[in-house]
Amino acid sequence: MGAPSKVRRVTLLVTLALIAGGCSEPPSTSQSGESFPVTIEAGNNPVRVPRRPERIVSLSPTATEILFAIGAGPQVVAVDEASSYPVEAPRTELSGYTPNIEALASYRPDLVVYSSDPGELRDALNTLGTPALLQPAAERLEDAYRQIAQLGTATGRRAESSRLVESMKERIAAITESAAEPESSYYHELDEGYYTATSKTFIGEVYGLLGLKNIADAAGTGYVQLSGEFIVQANPDLIFLADARCCGQSAATVAARPGWDQIDAVEKGAVFPLDDDIASRWGPRTVDFLQAIAESLEPGRP
Amino acid sequence: MLVLSIVCLLAAVAAGAAVGPVAISPGRILSDVAARLPLLETGTRLSERDAAILWQLRMPRVLLATLVGAMLAASGAAYQGVFRNPLADPYLLGAASGAALGATLVIALGPGTGGMVPPAAFAGALLGVGLAYLLGRSAGGGSGAVTLILAGVAVASFLTALQTFVQQRDQDTFRGVYRWVLGGLATSGWRDVRLILPYVVVSSVVLLLHRRLLDVMSVGDSEAGSLGVPARRVRLWVIAAATLGTAAAVAAGGLIGFVGIIVPHSVRLVAGSSYRLVLPLSLVFGAAFLVLADLLARTVLSPAELPLGVVTAFFGAPFFAVLLRSGVRSR
Repeated sequence: MGAPSKVRRVTLLVTLALIAGGCSEPPSTSQSGESFPVTIEAGNNPVRVPRRPERIVSLSPTATEILFAIGAGPQVVAVDEASSYPVEAPRTELSGYTPNIEALASYRPDLVVYSSDPGELRDALNTLGTPALLQPAAERLEDAYRQIAQLGTATGRRAESSRLVESMKERIAAITESAAEPESSYYHELDEGYYTATSKTFIGEVYGLLGLKNIADAAGTGYVQLSGEFIVQANPDLIFLADARCCGQSAATVAARPGWDQIDAVEKGAVFPLDDDIASRWGPRTVDFLQAIAESLEPGRP
Repeated sequence: MLVLSIVCLLAAVAAGAAVGPVAISPGRILSDVAARLPLLETGTRLSERDAAILWQLRMPRVLLATLVGAMLAASGAAYQGVFRNPLADPYLLGAASGAALGATLVIALGPGTGGMVPPAAFAGALLGVGLAYLLGRSAGGGSGAVTLILAGVAVASFLTALQTFVQQRDQDTFRGVYRWVLGGLATSGWRDVRLILPYVVVSSVVLLLHRRLLDVMSVGDSEAGSLGVPARRVRLWVIAAATLGTAAAVAAGGLIGFVGIIVPHSVRLVAGSSYRLVLPLSLVFGAAFLVLADLLARTVLSPAELPLGVVTAFFGAPFFAVLLRSGVRSR
């Protein structure tokens, strides 16, 4: 390779760099003094948001809660049918499970947040040039904090998102400090088929903050279906029902199940219906979930 | 042969009673039974909790498995007989898709639905088969059996589409429906046994009464007619009884596949193809098979559950393959 070609190549590179620099948009500045474009490292797929999004579509109930909690609510134009909180969220018929790309595109979104991709949602959005941020179900509290930070960055509300995370951490610390650590065992019911969450899940981690022991850990990790025999024998001190609203479960229905009258929690009335939504989302209201569990441990309660 | 099959079933039931996620030794079980028998009253009773586990959770589940297994296998044998189609099974004719639609509707439409799923599935199964039968009859012409099967396929597709439509509209139903489709007896109790027992008895009796006529019908409708067997009426009765049995089984256990195909064919490989033996043996072996399958469902991942439909497919299919090989060779 001769010297002239090397010179030519360097020139070419410099020229390209100059063109590229000249072409890229000047960093824009939002009200809160944050600059775009930003790139969010979401898993293996970095998502580039060219300018502050003003037409966000959220297909994830958790993301909806976070967006409103960090003050990005005015930037949200549509949320999916399952996003039931907060009430002012612009609920639509959009489905987070089986998204219809045309219906989605009709909102002309400049950012789409979703928690699962059953098909080729991401590819379709890429084709349309719309940044798509995947925020899958959190496995740890840390995941939830990271997703809040990601949404803060993506919406130009970094300061608000850090404040939210800090306040969540503080409130969680306050609840866990004041709560008695009873070493009680518990069973957290996801549905009537005895599906439950082990300690190695987001839900289980929240209970673990209060020093509670999960009877499901004998059955493995993640989400498992327990055998009815085992639940009766494990004899949990506390039973939490995350299928109260969806599926009408209550202390009375639980007591009527065959053999369940032998469980201490049932006998002592330590069966607590939870708000299904709070107990299944990994957003700001996780603190309320923790609070609900902690209240069930208070003296005076069974 | 029949005696042997009943011994098998009793052994399966005993195993089902003795083994579970919670260990209760056979000795303690016998002792508890002895203590509970009037006049005898010599054993030591189990602790209240163990007794609840054994008598309120495990035993109804074992009995339910015998009823469901018996019904699925006998209905399978009966459908294969009336349609002269070896691949016919209880889920043909829209029974399963109708049941699934019924269950999905109840799961989707309201809270507090747990107890409503079985009756809804039952109604759905009857609706599915009823539609298939009416469609098949109004289509007329052709051979009755074939028309009916084709009508069943059409009805089944339509009902499945409806079910998917409801499911897509109401995302909360996903897990409930999914769990139900995989099939299982995880949350069953005596209530379920009482619920389906009458249907199982009626269905079994009707099927057993028709076992000889099914043999005659295997030669063809017109030949059966010339032998004095009213093929159309027999078909109607057998289909009605098998559907009633299937609906009851599906209502109690969800969709549990393979039993209705594998058990009757296994029986044929061993005992020949006369329905005089195939029907009663399918009843008994179907029961034994499902008791053992449920035993595995309860214990393989203990204390977690494995869906029963997964077990029947996982163990049933290879078992059938082995039997098929040895059966073919011995001929």
